[in-house]
Amino acid sequence: MNSGIYDIICNRKIAAGVFLMEIAGDFSDMRPGQFVNIKVDGLYLRRPVSVHFADKNHLSIIYKVVGKGTEKLSETASGRLDLLTGLGNGYDLSASGRTPLLVGGGVGVPPLYYLASRLIGSTDKITVITGFNTADEVFSQDEFRALGVDLILTTADGSKGIKGFVTDAMRGLEYSYVYACGPEPMLKAVYNVSETGGEFSFEERMGCGFGACMGCSCKTLYGYKRICKDGPVLKKEEIIWEK
Amino acid sequence: MGEMKVSLCGIELDNPVIPASGTFGFGYEFAELYDINVLGTFSFKGTTREMRFGNPTPRIAECASGMLNSVGLQNPGVEKVIEEELPKLKKCFGKKVMANVSGFAVEDYVYCCKRLGECEQVGWLEVNVSCPNVHGGGMSFGTDAKSAAEVTSAVRKVTDKPVIIKLSPNVTDIASIARACEDAGADGISLINTLLGMRIDLKKKKPLLANVTGGLSGAAVFPVALRMVYQVHKAVKIPVVGMGGVSCAEDVIEMMLAGATAVEVGAANLINPYACRDIIEKLPEVMDKYKITSLKDIIGGIG
Repeated sequence: MNSGIYDIICNRKIAAGVFLMEIAGDFSDMRPGQFVNIKVDGLYLRRPVSVHFADKNHLSIIYKVVGKGTEKLSETASGRLDLLTGLGNGYDLSASGRTPLLVGGGVGVPPLYYLASRLIGSTDKITVITGFNTADEVFSQDEFRALGVDLILTTADGSKGIKGFVTDAMRGLEYSYVYACGPEPMLKAVYNVSETGGEFSFEERMGCGFGACMGCSCKTLYGYKRICKDGPVLKKEEIIWEK
Repeated sequence: MGEMKVSLCGIELDNPVIPASGTFGFGYEFAELYDINVLGTFSFKGTTREMRFGNPTPRIAECASGMLNSVGLQNPGVEKVIEEELPKLKKCFGKKVMANVSGFAVEDYVYCCKRLGECEQVGWLEVNVSCPNVHGGGMSFGTDAKSAAEVTSAVRKVTDKPVIIKLSPNVTDIASIARACEDAGADGISLINTLLGMRIDLKKKKPLLANVTGGLSGAAVFPVALRMVYQVHKAVKIPVVGMGGVSCAEDVIEMMLAGATAVEVGAANLINPYACRDIIEKLPEVMDKYKITSLKDIIGGIG
């Protein structure tokens, strides 16, 4: 974990209720699947947001406006941002095999973009399934295509791409390993239909985001884990579905 | 530079700043961020006789200038704390630590205090009779003078270490409970634990916390905590450890003027992991500003 104050480069709407923010700084030590915890003026707790891309010059995050914190963040056009960075375990890139499948739903898609960009070169083929509710909410399609991955788009209402859920698009695919990020019902569905090992990134309300408060604990087959510190990525074989 | 040293139940602290239990784990994770030996001491994660997972999630909610938690005393149990956590802490913290203990029956408190009191690293036992998030224990001991005294005298018999009783603010007369603990042999009183509160999710029309209610902490509770520290300091002769919403060096000084010998910092650690280090670094400057030469001289200084 690191802490710092950084300049906002830009913050713009990229889909219905969804914003992309770019922040200047050296974020090259951030790994795919990790998150940052953002101090939002006037609010007590920080807001955890997953990383869409990071390198030695900038960090980008994609977030959906879901409450006061993200609403306030979306109204921040410029200025400085107080961040805790390098939080969480991140995905294990070495587990991918030659033909990994990346499955994301909604704002679960961004960390998979960073992951895909880092898996290129050590894999033969990367398949990415991105799922959204409706065409208005779709984002990041062009940048995935620019990476050269096999990209599949699904929308629940069929307004763009394949009509249905991400799991509908998984039928018949062959892959070596699955990486998933999205709402818990989607994660569970992917878990149930996937036939390989995999890693699933979870979300939970957090107090601190760095392992101190025990606010986001969950039970796993490998013992109690803190989503913020021992997660957010859990291995398929350790997950216990409770909810 | 002003003198920051204070003495808490016979043990000298380099400064009065103590990360509060439940906001600092067992210390070693913060030691990755800064040298935690700059702290006066710290109070480690509330420990019970048996391992506890705690309450279901969500366990955290937010409010204006504060937060609610319903963690429910998640901890690995006293034996694991002694076998695994304390040795890890020893590598990064050379001072005496405050062992925070909780229970569901008098025997639980006695067992944990006896075991932890035997540990050389432990300087004080902070006995939590005030957790609002566990059912059938914790706070029920701290909301009644007779049962708080019963826990106090029972643990007093099994350890030579100073026993500090951590009180709940969710009572009508905290001073009488503090006095009962003092009469039962407590060496100090720490307060306040969190204030019982709740929030509702408007979209779901359900409580935000899975446990329905939780403990309120953070800057919002500071004036309440300060008032109670003042009342308890007036009521007892033993040292008082003040906590509740302390966020900056000025708050530490206010707490001490109200009667605190040392000051715990809780929720602030969760927002800024460097909060305690920052407060300690800032204290000399704030002391100068208010012409304070020695912190121990201002304890209860408002008369």
